[in-house]
This record gives sequence, structure tokens and C-alpha cells, in this order.
Amino acid sequence: MIIELGHFALILALFTAGAQAVLPMWGAQRGIPGFMAMATPAALAQLGLILLSFAALTWAYVTSDFSVVNVVQNSHSMKPMLYKISGVWGNHEGSLLLWVTILALFGAIVGVFGRNLPPGLKARTLSVQAMIAVGFLLFMVFTSNPFDRVFPPPADGQDLNPLLQDPGLAFHPPMLYVGYVGFSIVFSFAMAALIEGRVDAAWARWVRPWTLLAWVFLTAGIALGSWWAYYELGWGGWWYWDPVENASFMPWLVGTALLHSSIVVEKRDALKTWTILLAILAFSLSLIGTFLVRSGVLTSVHAFATDPDRGVFILVLLVIAIGGGLGLYAYRAPQLKGGGLFAPISREGALVLNNLLLSAAAGTVLLGTLYPLFLESLGGGKVSVGPPYFNATFIPLMLPLVAALGVGPLLSWKRGDLKGALMRLKVAFVITAVVFVFMAYLLWGRSVFGMLGMALAAWLVTAIVTEVVERIGLTRGVGAAAAWGRARSLPRAYVGMLVAHLGVAVALVGMTGSSLWQSERIIVMQPGETETVAGYTFAFEGARPVQGPNYEATEGTFQVTHDGAPIATLHPQKRQYFVGGRETTEASIRTRPLGDIYAVVGDAQEAEGAYTVRLYFKPVVSWIWLGAGLMAVGGLISLTDRRLRVGAPTRARRRGAAPQPAMGAAQAEE
Amino acid sequence: MSAVRSVGTDLDRLARLAGAVGLALALAAGPAAAVEPGEKLDDPKLEQRAQELSAEIRCLVCQNQAISESNADLAKDLRVLVRERLQAGDSDQEIKDYLTDRYGDFVLLKPPMKPETYLLWYGPAGLVALGAVGVGVFFWRRRKASNTPGRRLSDEEERRLQKILEGHDTST
Repeated sequence: MIIELGHFALILALFTAGAQAVLPMWGAQRGIPGFMAMATPAALAQLGLILLSFAALTWAYVTSDFSVVNVVQNSHSMKPMLYKISGVWGNHEGSLLLWVTILALFGAIVGVFGRNLPPGLKARTLSVQAMIAVGFLLFMVFTSNPFDRVFPPPADGQDLNPLLQDPGLAFHPPMLYVGYVGFSIVFSFAMAALIEGRVDAAWARWVRPWTLLAWVFLTAGIALGSWWAYYELGWGGWWYWDPVENASFMPWLVGTALLHSSIVVEKRDALKTWTILLAILAFSLSLIGTFLVRSGVLTSVHAFATDPDRGVFILVLLVIAIGGGLGLYAYRAPQLKGGGLFAPISREGALVLNNLLLSAAAGTVLLGTLYPLFLESLGGGKVSVGPPYFNATFIPLMLPLVAALGVGPLLSWKRGDLKGALMRLKVAFVITAVVFVFMAYLLWGRSVFGMLGMALAAWLVTAIVTEVVERIGLTRGVGAAAAWGRARSLPRAYVGMLVAHLGVAVALVGMTGSSLWQSERIIVMQPGETETVAGYTFAFEGARPVQGPNYEATEGTFQVTHDGAPIATLHPQKRQYFVGGRETTEASIRTRPLGDIYAVVGDAQEAEGAYTVRLYFKPVVSWIWLGAGLMAVGGLISLTDRRLRVGAPTRARRRGAAPQPAMGAAQAEE
Repeated sequence: MSAVRSVGTDLDRLARLAGAVGLALALAAGPAAAVEPGEKLDDPKLEQRAQELSAEIRCLVCQNQAISESNADLAKDLRVLVRERLQAGDSDQEIKDYLTDRYGDFVLLKPPMKPETYLLWYGPAGLVALGAVGVGVFFWRRRKASNTPGRRLSDEEERRLQKILEGHDTST
């Protein structure tokens, strides 16, 4: 009964979204306020219905209702509760339901908190938002219904892929989807602006918080996925350039470009058509990402063909959404007037360079990800495009980006003084040179990129420090107290930028350092034996069988010491899940500030109690995720900036404090 | 297992890239090692080459994994095969050819440069060039637009401007 209610609610949501897609747009075009005003109630009704639907499916998972096909295929009665719940979105149908839930949630937020938006813009935005919902709901209702029943119900389910039964991956999809769907709002705003033919600083100010929000969650989601790969796949790698990873990375790259170009629109009223194009591309890549991952087309073109209904539907949806967006852009963008002028050497110019490199990087990832597909479907044979390709093409684009990142924020708007900026960075330059020489001494003949990576990280950090020190007046001798006062009154957006840029440097150190100085041992160990890796002594105490809720495992024990001092006890596991018999490796990791100690236990060997083990020391590897975390935190800090808060100037007076950061609009200029 | 082996897939990729942009002085330490203890070669130079090669060869039955990072039986067989060929004195290229003869280009994670892959390999540089030209045209047009003198004020406007400047405008 609950299941059928969920199904009905989903169908009703489709009709509600249909009404929301048509009526407010019609009202806005014809100037009928009543129709325009329907957007918000419709968005709320749509949210209510989809939430009901989502709750129904969650209920089916929580109670292990095996009369529902989706639950049978992706759950098991013995599965821990956390993974029963995350199982809801750990599959094709459920993940689409999560997608539309977030879509409806964001639509409702625009409706409720966007009171300051001009009615026409708001109606059109919500209408476009509903069109996206219609596409997804149609796809679900006709080809991917999570509420299908099975009769007779089996005694138990087939379980969720054990690799997905992990806290990191339980929250990875929701975070990514918040990111993807956040870009849908930006897309809808862009469409509405194109229809109205007006893009100005106020528009950029409405859109920027959504871009930031989407970007923050996408950053966190990607970092979580990479961290999961690091500890769960058991090889210690953190990025494999796998198509599934690339699918989330492309929207991130374009989203990062968008984040920066919308600053130019807001501050200088320039780069408007380009920013609109990026908004369309960011969402298009989010759509492509969602569908590529979900359709199975990436593993093989043939997987796509085995389910032609879904495949064709997906293609049609992509063509309508992306083609429609780009079509409207081609038709309307030439009418948008270019705004403020600026010289090539200026803050805007630096942001243009940022956009150029990030877009080219996104294009490169797209090319590498889709190339094998296209080549094969054109009959050109099968090729693999793997990490060697991406590293050879992607990294050369990132190095100049980081180099420019140090200087860009020091240039002034409109017309910058590159020589002056570089002069201000002379201390940073000296420190960078020292780091480079030192790294060259260490790595001579081993890795040029190691030298460059570390030197660039030093460059970025020292440039950021220089900027802060100058900005708060320490170089002009204003005194500690005054400097502290100035530091506290720095705008949040500025602080956020510094923190995020610092995150780039920290992540760069992690990426470079962990690959430069990793130590690894793969050996057979018997209980009582010891092995030393990078100064850490691993004493193997043997392995024993342990029981989990839905698996049994072999658990090894290592006592790790450094110069005789105990550091950690590691318990890596090799698990075998009851259902399906799939095996997973659970690495045991102790993170220390300067590196991770990482142990994996493998197969039992012939000798008594002997096992193959892999022992690693991975220097500064955790800095990668620390850096990603700093980027996300920087985004959040920026999100709380006064300028971006909902109607900050007007509301602050009325209510004392501005509620809800960023969800909507402040029409009045500060 | 005496020497601390410095392993770094990413570094190795970085280093290979270094070669690509003409900066490489030498290759980095090898990528992830032989997966099982018995596979390792005694000659450290050969083992190093084996590891570098293994990171570029796809485990055909896995999803997007190199043979250096897979537990699959096929990956193990290929790792052993690579080492056998190395011991027999084959060059890296001969080993790659040997594998592509049997499995096609699919086995190489770094696609070979040939007409079918020109777009793949030159695409990124093309994108940057295209973008740079776009940016150049943007600035050039902006500059031209800002240099062309704007419409001159009409006589009526000139008179009003004069009044405003003198501080007794009445017509607004």
C-alpha cells in the first residue's frame, strides 16, 4: 500500500511539474500575474509529492519489503541499517529518485526564499526548473520505476554491492547530486535570463550563491569519492581517471570556471555571454555525468544497447536539454550587450586565463572519456584511454593555472600592473626559488614534476601570505592590534577565496609528495615476523577469522613502531560477503600529519599462518583531502558574505539578522 | 626486500608527461609494484622497467585497471609475461607490440599515436589554441570598439550639458 502511494505520488509529481513548467512561463510571457504566482505553490506541491515518494521507497528498504523489485535487487535483510538506507540511492532507479528530490527541494527553496526576485525572472526560472523535473520524472515513470512489485516475493534480497557498503560511499552520491542539481538552478536562471534578454550584476548576484553551493558540495563529493577509492580499493591510489570519476570532475572544472567568471559579471558587468554559456555547460556536463554513470554506457557501448528504451530516452533527454539550452543561447546571446572594458593584464584578464585553462582542461577530460566510445561506435576499433593519457594532457594545463593563481588576486580590476604585482611578490619569488633549488637537489634526475609541483605550492602559499600581510597593513607597520582589527573586517568572500586558494596549495603538496616519496613492500609474512617501511616497523601478529553482520573476514594484526615507540595497531581485513560471495579489501590506515601508514592483508600462503601483505608509507597523502576540505570550507565562508545573503541590506534591518545564507536575491545594491 | 622502493604511480605519470612536454630529465621511480611477492625480478633495473610497463597495460577483464593494480588472474599472467619477455631481452616497445598483436590497442592504457587518435592527442592543444584565439579576438574587438569615437552629442544635448555644468539646468 505504501509502495503504491509512493508510485502515485511520483506520477502526481509529474503532472504538478508539468503544470509548473507551462503556466508560470505562459504567465510571464503574456504578463498574467496569476499564472506567474502559481510557480511557488506548484514547486512546493511538487516537493511534497516527491518527498512522499522518496519516503515510501526508504520505507521499503528499511522494512526489507522484498515484494519490491528494487529492494530485492539491492538489499538484504542482514545488511546494517545505514546501508539499507544508502541502498535507496545505491542503484539506478533510487539514485534518480534522489536526484529529483533534490531538484524539487532546490526549486522550492528558490520559490520560498526568492521573494526579492523580479516576478518574471522567478516564474521563468521555476518553470525551466520544472521542465527538467518533467524530463526526469517521465524517465522514471516509464523506464526506471523504483516501485515495481514482484510476485511471489523472494525470501531475501540480492544485497548491495559490498564495495558500496561503506560510510564514505553512503554519502558520496547525495553530495554529488546536490552539486549537479545546484547547477540546474544556475542553468534555469541562465535560461530565464536569456528569455528576458537581460544579464546584469544583480543577476550574477542571484546566481553566484547557487554556483558556490553546488561547487562546495561537488568538491566535497568528489573528495569523498577519492578518499573512498584510497581506503577501499586497497591499492592506495586516490584518483584513477576512471570514467565514473571523470563524469563528476568535468562539471567541477566548468563549475570552477563559472564561479570565477560570474565574479566578473557581478563586479564589472563583463563576460556575460560567456558566463551564461558556462552555466549551460556546467549543467549539461552534470546531466551527462549522471546519465553516463547510470546508463552503463561507459563500461561498454553494448550495455547501452541491451536496454534500448532507457538508452534512447536518455539520448532524447540530453538532446532536448543541452540542445535546447545551447539553441536558445545561440539565438539570444548575440543580443546581450557586452559591459565593462578591461585590459588583458587585469584581474578580469587573469580570470579569463583561469577560464581558458579550466575549460580546456574540462574539454580534455571530456575528449579522453568519450573518445573510446566514439571511436568504437564509428568502427575505429577499441582503444583504452587511461591515466597515462590524462596525466600527459591535464597536468600541463594545471601548472600555469597554479602559477597564475599566485599573481591574479594581486592585479587590480580593469587595468593591472603586472610588474608592480610581481615586485610585491619578490619575497614569495625568492622563497619559491629556494624551494625549487632544494627540490632539484633532492630529485635531480628523478622527477621534474616533483620539483615544479612543490615549488608551485610554495609559490601559492607565499603569494597568499604576502597578500594578507599587505592587506592588513603589517608591511606598513600599523601594529599588531590594528592589523588584527583589519584582518577581522576583511570581507568574507575575500577570506573564502584565500582559504580555497590555500586549499589548492595544500592539495598540490599532497598529490606531489605522496607520489614522490611513497614506500611500499609486498611480501609474505608469518606471525612474529617484522618488516620496516620508511622507518616504521610493522610486526605481524597473525590473522584470525572474524564475523561481521553480513560477511566473514580474515583480520590481520600489525603492531607498528617507530624507533621503538608504539605508533599504531592496524587491523586490515579481507572480507567475504555471504550474499554473492564477493570479496573486499579493507585497508587499515593510521593517518599522521606527515603521512599515512597503510596495511593490507591478502591471501593466505602455504606456510603455517603466512599471508601476503602490502605495507605502505604514504607521505602527506591526507593533505590531498585536507586541501579539498579547505576549498569547500572557503566556498562556505564565501557563501556567508553579506553581499550574497538573502536580501541582506533590507532584511537585516527588518529582522535583525539575515536568515538562510544565499538562497535567493537581493535586488537592492548595497 | 632490502632497498626501500620508492613507488609512485602518479609521479611516474607525471614524469612521463614531463617527457611529453620536453622537460623530462629522467623517469621517476616505478609505478606500483609486482602485486605478489614471487613475481619480482632479481635484476632491479629490469624490475623497474617491468613496473613502469605494468602501469601502462590494461587488465583486460577489469574495469579500467592497470595490470599493476589488479588481483585478477589475467593481470597476474600478464605481469609474469611482461617479466619473461624482459628477461628474454625484449625492448619495451617489443613487449607492447607483442601485447597489441594479441589483444589490440585496447590493452594499452596510453593509446598509440596514429591517425585514429590524432584528435585525441592533439585535441587538448587544439582547445587551448582555439580558446587563446577566442580571447585574442575578444580583446581585439573590444579595443577596436573602444577606439571608435562614440556618437557626438547633438546641439541640443550640448546646450543642456553646458547648462548642467553651469549648475542651472531646468529642463529635467
